[in-house]
Amino acid sequence: MGSLASKHDKQASKYTLDRHMPGAFEGETVTRRRFMTGSAHAAGVVAAMSFTLPALGFAIGPIFKTKPHTWETVGPTDMFPDNNYIPTVITLTPGIGEAGKGLVYVRQKNPAIDTDPYDKNTPYIAITSRCAHLGCPVRWVPAAERFICPCHGGVYDLLGRRVGGPPPRPLDRFYTRVVDVDGTAMVQIGSRFSVNSELQRFSPRDPGEPIDGLGQFAYPSRPSIRR
Amino acid sequence: MPKLPAPPIPAPLKAPPPRPEESNGATSPVEHAAGAGTAVVDWVDERTSLSGAARWMMFRKVPKGTNWFYTLGSATMFAFLNQAVTGVFLAMFYRPDPSGGAYESVRHITNEVFLGQFVRGMHKWGSTVMVVLVFLHMGRTFFFGAYKYPRELNWVIGVALLILTMVMSFTGYLLPFDQRAFWATTVGVNINGTGPLIGPYLSDFLRGGAEIGSVTLSRFYAIHMLLVPGLIAALLGAHLYLVAKLGTTAPPWQKVEKAPELRETQA
Repeated sequence: MGSLASKHDKQASKYTLDRHMPGAFEGETVTRRRFMTGSAHAAGVVAAMSFTLPALGFAIGPIFKTKPHTWETVGPTDMFPDNNYIPTVITLTPGIGEAGKGLVYVRQKNPAIDTDPYDKNTPYIAITSRCAHLGCPVRWVPAAERFICPCHGGVYDLLGRRVGGPPPRPLDRFYTRVVDVDGTAMVQIGSRFSVNSELQRFSPRDPGEPIDGLGQFAYPSRPSIRR
Repeated sequence: MPKLPAPPIPAPLKAPPPRPEESNGATSPVEHAAGAGTAVVDWVDERTSLSGAARWMMFRKVPKGTNWFYTLGSATMFAFLNQAVTGVFLAMFYRPDPSGGAYESVRHITNEVFLGQFVRGMHKWGSTVMVVLVFLHMGRTFFFGAYKYPRELNWVIGVALLILTMVMSFTGYLLPFDQRAFWATTVGVNINGTGPLIGPYLSDFLRGGAEIGSVTLSRFYAIHMLLVPGLIAALLGAHLYLVAKLGTTAPPWQKVEKAPELRETQA
């Protein structure tokens, strides 16, 4: 067969024999040496991937882990007035002690102030201390009726709306509910949610991420903070 | 006393001929001891041929006008070596435990360990010194035009080293796990999160979850002492190799001196 191949189609032929390759076999399109080299490379790739892929998955796995939904009791209903915030401590990350705690400002819903359409999911207003700018802890100043951030000067009003400084959106809030614990009505705090400048509810976002306009698409909520 | 003829023993059993430095084996113990260093170096070099590489690296020609600004790269490298050595010994006492253990171990190093305050201070201030030196070295390279052909790749490697140095500074800042560390890292990670679309996921990757927690500290610790130092050491090797390979540039104010055969003869 090889001897019959003309010079013209020598390059075009897919058979190694036609291409006069050393050690060629009849009907063979890939030489044994080439096949062996390819096999060795493939084995190397498989061996490298067998530890690289699990390690990578291990490192980026937390991105896709969903947050469990929990309710945490913060105090009896009569502890919270409707015109001032009471700071309460909740556990954001269990198992690491003080570093996992977070401050939440809680007050009773006041129909005179909270004119926005709230549903039964928020009988109490629970506002996070996490600044919407870059996550520093804001402080509630009752005399000024402002939340003030120590890091970069973010200022929020009674409803957590931005009135000054760099924050791109209002302070985040938490779902609240009232449950009966041993005959006492207790306030419980649930998952966090974000609000836009009109205090409409959005799935939770991280600090620094605007929600108004295109921001809600540019900074999507993620499984790790969504219920 | 005349020397006796050698006994007729077969060749394989004969003693080997004297080595050049041995001079027929008739050396005094003092001479023998004096040659020990040379002998050891020869032994290694005969088996590795490292002396050529060492000569190639150490005895390079440098251009006329080379001055103190050219030591900034070496200074940066020594700052890195300082970080590496002090960091290794700090790691012997440090505990990446977010529920109080990390802060307690740093307090223990600072207040109770012999020379602990000094070694931690060397590491803490050394990091600032390294960042300053990196920028001075970068400025020297820029203003002397030393990034131009054929040294572009070395500039690129240098930029990668700059970024890795910043990663080291960022991850190292969390490790004392005091108030400053916690809130600085909170702000830093949230700045990462302000990148559109992938920013929030990058934050999750850095923290190892949605909140700063136990995973965050051990993750930053592993990046700080295992991942990035290895990368820096490897890139530093490549950086140095290219410096030795390509040579250094003359300062821009250095006049080009014509070769004697090209000089115009003055009449």
